[in-house]
Amino acid sequence: MATTTAVEKRVIELESATVRFAGDSGDGMQLAGNQMANTSALVGNDIATFPDFPAEIRAPRGTLAGVSGFQLRFASREIYTPGDQVEALVAMNPAALATNLPDLMPGGILIVNKDEFDAKGLKQAGYASNPLEDGSLKAYRVFPVEMTKLTRLAVEECGLGTKESDRCRNFFAMGLVFWLYDRPLEPTLRFIESRFGKRAPAVAEANRRALLAGYHYGETTEAFDAHYRVAPAKLPPGTYRNIMGNEALAIGLITAARRSGKDLFLGSYPITPASDILHELSRHKNFGVRTFQAEDEIAAITAAIGASFGGAMGVTTSSGPGIALKQEAMGLAVMTELPLLIINVQRGGPSTGLPTKTEQADLWQALFGRNGECPIPVLAAASPADCFDVVQEAWRIAVRYMTPVIVLSDGYIANGSEPWRIPDAKNLPPIEVKHPGPLENGGPFMPYQRDERLARPWALPGTPGLMHRIGGLEKQDVTGNVSYDPENHQHMVQTRAAKVAGIAQDIPLQQVQGPEQGKLLVVSWGGTYGSCATAVRNVQALGGSVAHCHLRYLNPFPRNLGEILSRYEQILVPELNLGQLCFVLRGRFLVPAQGLNKVKGKPFTVAEITSKIQEMLHA
Amino acid sequence: MPDSQGSITASPRPRGTVPDVPASDATIIGGASAPPAAAPTTAPARLPVLTPNDYASDQDVRWCPGCGDYSILAQMKKVLATLGIPREKLVFVSGIGCSSRFPYYLNTYGFHSIHGRAPAIATGLKVTRPDLMVWVITGDGDGLSIGGNHLMHCIRRNLDINIVLFNNRIYGLTKGQYSPTSPLGKITKSTPMGVIDNPLHPLCLAIGCEATFVARSIDTNIKHLTMVLQRAAEHRGTSFVEVYQNCNVFNDGAFDYATNRETKSDATLELEHGKPLVFGKNRNKGIRLNGMTPEVVELGKGITEDDLLFHDEKAPEPTLAYLLSRMTYPEFPEPIGVFRAVDRPKYDESMNAQIAEARSKGEGDLDKLFHAGDTWVVS
Repeated sequence: MATTTAVEKRVIELESATVRFAGDSGDGMQLAGNQMANTSALVGNDIATFPDFPAEIRAPRGTLAGVSGFQLRFASREIYTPGDQVEALVAMNPAALATNLPDLMPGGILIVNKDEFDAKGLKQAGYASNPLEDGSLKAYRVFPVEMTKLTRLAVEECGLGTKESDRCRNFFAMGLVFWLYDRPLEPTLRFIESRFGKRAPAVAEANRRALLAGYHYGETTEAFDAHYRVAPAKLPPGTYRNIMGNEALAIGLITAARRSGKDLFLGSYPITPASDILHELSRHKNFGVRTFQAEDEIAAITAAIGASFGGAMGVTTSSGPGIALKQEAMGLAVMTELPLLIINVQRGGPSTGLPTKTEQADLWQALFGRNGECPIPVLAAASPADCFDVVQEAWRIAVRYMTPVIVLSDGYIANGSEPWRIPDAKNLPPIEVKHPGPLENGGPFMPYQRDERLARPWALPGTPGLMHRIGGLEKQDVTGNVSYDPENHQHMVQTRAAKVAGIAQDIPLQQVQGPEQGKLLVVSWGGTYGSCATAVRNVQALGGSVAHCHLRYLNPFPRNLGEILSRYEQILVPELNLGQLCFVLRGRFLVPAQGLNKVKGKPFTVAEITSKIQEMLHA
Repeated sequence: MPDSQGSITASPRPRGTVPDVPASDATIIGGASAPPAAAPTTAPARLPVLTPNDYASDQDVRWCPGCGDYSILAQMKKVLATLGIPREKLVFVSGIGCSSRFPYYLNTYGFHSIHGRAPAIATGLKVTRPDLMVWVITGDGDGLSIGGNHLMHCIRRNLDINIVLFNNRIYGLTKGQYSPTSPLGKITKSTPMGVIDNPLHPLCLAIGCEATFVARSIDTNIKHLTMVLQRAAEHRGTSFVEVYQNCNVFNDGAFDYATNRETKSDATLELEHGKPLVFGKNRNKGIRLNGMTPEVVELGKGITEDDLLFHDEKAPEPTLAYLLSRMTYPEFPEPIGVFRAVDRPKYDESMNAQIAEARSKGEGDLDKLFHAGDTWVVS
């Protein structure tokens, strides 16, 4: 390293790069990561991101608990995960180094803010000696940078105090990394102007100067002898933007409302990691979106049920603990057979669990979480951009079958981002919704008279002649009157089950990637799509006989799923829980599926799945 | 009455904003702070004349014989027939409990929901359908115990709905456990040695939440109950009405003091806006303020009506209404009538005003939404 002093530095072409910013939760690491992700998307790379932050807004400075990280991978080919191992790590303090170093690959680039490695910082991070001096980092290419000092120098003419000056350090770090990976500064300069330009011109100027200082530092210092370039990816033609899962979900809901000619009503109570959906939707009132920040989770869903009863598109969003509180009301929506979307952005559980970490442990809650025989269709999003499509499909099912529908997302895809190929609004087909018209002098209205799909009519208050009463008590079929008749109850329980089961006739057949039969099938659902798809492709490239089946529909299953499962000798179900889908597949199809299970609040690495596949193929 | 037998011209009075009907043409009895009656700008619709019976559904009423709920249902039907609102524009939402069966017995739209949640269901319904008149029917257990949170927030938001809370001071449907309004010491199935939790006064709670309309009536006081329900119907914003309701099976006589011919004149006090607080069989007693404390005084012997507390339902501060809501028998007569009727922004109107404002700046455009922020093209 550092053998040349030439100003013109070497440029090394890479196919992909994985970078992580790590620092205190107040250090602006999420902002830095997001800026780099947006910039990389804009230059045409495929990207995948993984923000990882503590539940505390501001944990004590410099502590291990307060470390916030943002991992980003950008590539010149299609990628599905933010990368297993980090190739370049920016550590803003000793605590960030201590918690993130295990993920840095041997020989990886390690940029640290040397100024924070003082006695206090080292002690807080649990270092007995300074790792920058004791030789413990020999396996990495270490670049100690006096970031605090250099940032203060860069912004000293902006008239900020020391504290404010230090808050520009993330821009210095960004500048340096932007140089290192040959990223343009313009998008970030535009961002600085729009975020701070009018509100705090001095801060805007300081951030600009810090960004440029970091960039020039990389360019001029002798420490770095080369920098890297990642060419644009060959994505399918179209217009793209970078999108996060919660954002895609919110936009998907608005789109579904438009496609069905409905006004969207969201009942929601703030909860991590779902709140951003509420924030996003509350900004779009010009689409007729009504957002109701309810007094609690139960009010959030019951208000949405009230809105659906009145003919709006009722939606409630939450995470595991909130969904637990909504279960009784979900039963009411099943009993009253009203369309409703229930969105669960899953997080680590049980109870309060790990609010900012990801997990897939609410599948059973979705499938079985209510009293009585209470079937609800369940769909799961596979990636940030997929959230856009899944919620529209869920609403299509909800109105077509007059049923609540659960959509499962998770913290990983909610906060992660990827390029999204923007659809043309006029090409989106309408979602058909029917409401019975007025009944003039006719016989009594039959609110539970079903159509060929077993759906009851969505009769709206205000319609003359259709006055009727619905509720949680068992209803007589056809008339909708309260009924305690044993035969009717059996009939209604079976009818509700048959209605939901019948949705299988109305959804696409399950697709399989890879050989149509063979030694091993990997079955996945939800946010583990990227790791599983990548692992399967890697093994296939090495000649392994493995196929991948990723489920969007978890209730009902696609009607050909059982047949698919029967064609493989072994079935592997990787899940971020202790085997919930695996259990269901075994029970439902009597197949010897086995699980690969992880509950650490983190997504699977590709390596974890690859090695399990190899192990099973060679068993 | 069959539709053909006659019809009158009446202006429908749905609450809230409806595209085709002018709002705020309600006549307010007692002249609270409602907007002045406006002349309809379009030809009034011809509505059939409906009688109370037209509001009955085809379902058999299944309350216990002698239950106070029958009377409330009867008075409600009477009031509905006077409102000039088509049946299909009425929605009754309830929770769980004896009172919550109410919607099944009305030929309107109805939603018998889950325990305590009716105000929340009504919220989602009313903000998306401001053209509907929404009533919430609840009880002391449903509204104050399991659903206390929703009741409180609905009232403080001033959603434009009417809430009628049937207070029988007992859990009837689950057969006789004490409720949040059961008095201390009350022996019930779940309190064999007597209730030890301090009871809640529903009106104190409502006034604490700054309810814009607060009233109380009694199931058997038919004329008064009709008047109170009428006033509630005409108020814009959350109307909260407590009805003393006798559960003749599990808590018979709980309100005997307020209904018995011998005692009711001394045990209750009928509030009238702008009038002194006078009560008693001979109307010879009154309520006087001694500092911040009310006291019962006898008229005569140098005390005249001018010395008494005068009722002001429009007082902007809820203090007086709260003081009245704290008066309990036997120390005091218990006031009935309208405690408070003031005007404040309604949640549904405010929410829809924001929607209208946002739309006036440009209706949402999906393509614009999709393309927000930085985009790039792959060819």
